[in-house]
Amino acid sequence: MDVILFLTFALIAVVCAINVVVQTHPISSAISLVGVMGSLAVLYLLLGAEFIAAAQVIVYAGAIMVLFVFVIMLLNAGTESKRGRSLVAQLLGAPLLVALLGLVAYFVERLYPRSVSVHFGGFTHGTPLDIGRALFTTYLLPFEATSVLILIAIVGAIVLARKEMD
Amino acid sequence: MDSFIVISLIKTALVLAALLGTLLYLQWVERKVIAHIQVRPGPYRVGPHGLLQPIADVIKLMTKEDLIPPYVNKPLYLAAPFIAMTMALLSISVIPFGPTIEVAGYRTWMQLTDLNIGVLFVLAVSSMGVYGIALAGWSSNNKYALLGGLRSSAQMISYELPLSLAVAAPLLISNTLSLRQLVERQEGSILDWNILHGPFPQILSFLIFLIAGFAETNRVPFDLPEAENELVAGFHVEYSSMKFASFFMAEYANMITVSCMAVLLFLGGWVAPWPARYGSSLAPVGIFAGAGVMALYHGMHSGHRRDRRTLPVFGTAFLAMAAVFLLPVVQAWLLPLFWFCAKVGSVLFTFMWVRGTLPRFRYDQLMGFTWKFLFPVAVANLLVTGFLVAWFG
Amino acid sequence: MTEVPISWFLTLSAVLFVLGVAGFVFRRSVITVFMSIELMLNAVNLSFVTFSYQLKQVNGHLFAFFVMVVAAAEAAVGLAIILTVFKNRETLNIDDVDSMKN
Repeated sequence: MDVILFLTFALIAVVCAINVVVQTHPISSAISLVGVMGSLAVLYLLLGAEFIAAAQVIVYAGAIMVLFVFVIMLLNAGTESKRGRSLVAQLLGAPLLVALLGLVAYFVERLYPRSVSVHFGGFTHGTPLDIGRALFTTYLLPFEATSVLILIAIVGAIVLARKEMD
Repeated sequence: MDSFIVISLIKTALVLAALLGTLLYLQWVERKVIAHIQVRPGPYRVGPHGLLQPIADVIKLMTKEDLIPPYVNKPLYLAAPFIAMTMALLSISVIPFGPTIEVAGYRTWMQLTDLNIGVLFVLAVSSMGVYGIALAGWSSNNKYALLGGLRSSAQMISYELPLSLAVAAPLLISNTLSLRQLVERQEGSILDWNILHGPFPQILSFLIFLIAGFAETNRVPFDLPEAENELVAGFHVEYSSMKFASFFMAEYANMITVSCMAVLLFLGGWVAPWPARYGSSLAPVGIFAGAGVMALYHGMHSGHRRDRRTLPVFGTAFLAMAAVFLLPVVQAWLLPLFWFCAKVGSVLFTFMWVRGTLPRFRYDQLMGFTWKFLFPVAVANLLVTGFLVAWFG
Repeated sequence: MTEVPISWFLTLSAVLFVLGVAGFVFRRSVITVFMSIELMLNAVNLSFVTFSYQLKQVNGHLFAFFVMVVAAAEAAVGLAIILTVFKNRETLNIDDVDSMKN
């Protein structure tokens, strides 16, 4: 049952990711990316990360991607034009990427023998209680630093995107 | 394992049937309430007191021409009402209607499933509902629809912030994210409900949640993006027939979800206002018996011929319901369900009451209200709650 | 077999990362490039959570959480920059933003 769930959602994630890269219109890429994030949320649930799965849907798929969709709608981004591709990139691009993928996959398979396997309920410490405890004790400094980072991002975004006062 | 699947399927079918019936008749209730606020009868001719009006509306919408304009972006145009409807109906799956009951030997919750992160699930599903509206506005290839869709989705994500902060405050008091445990920790009487209990009664959180809930569901006074006389009716201007109906059903389902969350977080879920040993089990009997007697009285002394035939029927139906509440065999599950539905009904009535009373905000007033007033107030409320819980906890 | 070997999760993370690199290198529209960056960040999040499962600790979840926060801040500022570039150059093709080229 876990294998079927993993294979289904991994397949959906890979197909949507290929769609992100291949589609010409940005809005189709954005919707496919939302699909990737949704299937990743299910995979996080399989790994026992219930808070991270909820945060993925609320923050990533529900806020960041909405921002992307807004900007695409505001700019009226059309389909991308194909020009100026160098011949080297077209010939060597895909094979080099496949080689990189093959190398990474080979090393992953060699380093991780089949002893550790994932099943529902294998890891129960991903609850909001555990995350909150770790966040406010061990990781307090990164937490405060990210608060300042978000403040900087808010100020930066407002300054960059406002109309100039004449 | 098999009995779990069978029981879950039966519960899903029951909840879906109840929800769809409620969506249909919620529209009738709204039209009647707004009509009576405006001193006019409302739907009156189709069936006794307009009770068959929703059925007439469904038949009208289903038989209308389902026109897909040729210039729209077809995949997104067809997907947007589905996304809106799916996300609106999905959040009912974690709402608990009552405690654990025993039916024919099987113990089960009166809830489809209880998640550890139930509150986060409802918030996540409502964040995803923004996509239905944004994609509907964009795919219609119409500048009015695009503006309406953008305004509506910007409003929805802006009001998610005070909504989440107002949800976080009672969570500090109840210490759990599971919706069932939230209600179980408010057991007792009205003084144990989160709105009145604890070191800081959550009245301000309740008000912020309701106001943000009005904006999340695009209801008056925040319904500028979809009002009929603004912007050519907003993001659903290019939709017809059942797709148009599904946007409206999604809005009513969102309203029901926000009311259920308000009841679970603040008003104590299915817990009666005073304990059962002081006679709260007789309250529904009294209410239904009173309604039945009133209907019978008006039926016998009414001026309209149709009322003289139909109102006594309703009167006897209400009296039969009152008698059902006296049977001890159904009291275990019927009483909590009654209290839950009564509270959700009161919050829904507040939604309709506000719609009949307040004018709507302009869009810049609406956005200024959330970012400059509601969000700081929600943050301050969370701070005060946390401080008091830490001090007295 | 009823359990998923952990190397499958890591391979999936590698596949998603490589697809993100492909989008980043080969696409010309600046918004698609930005979305490929988000895809790479998601792949890395999956790796973090997988290792957290293997080591039975919650620290990986915390790292994934911080990556999400940083990605949110980066998306906000990056999209604001894209809006400004579009206002000045009227194009979303990154090959056309080359006025500093010799």
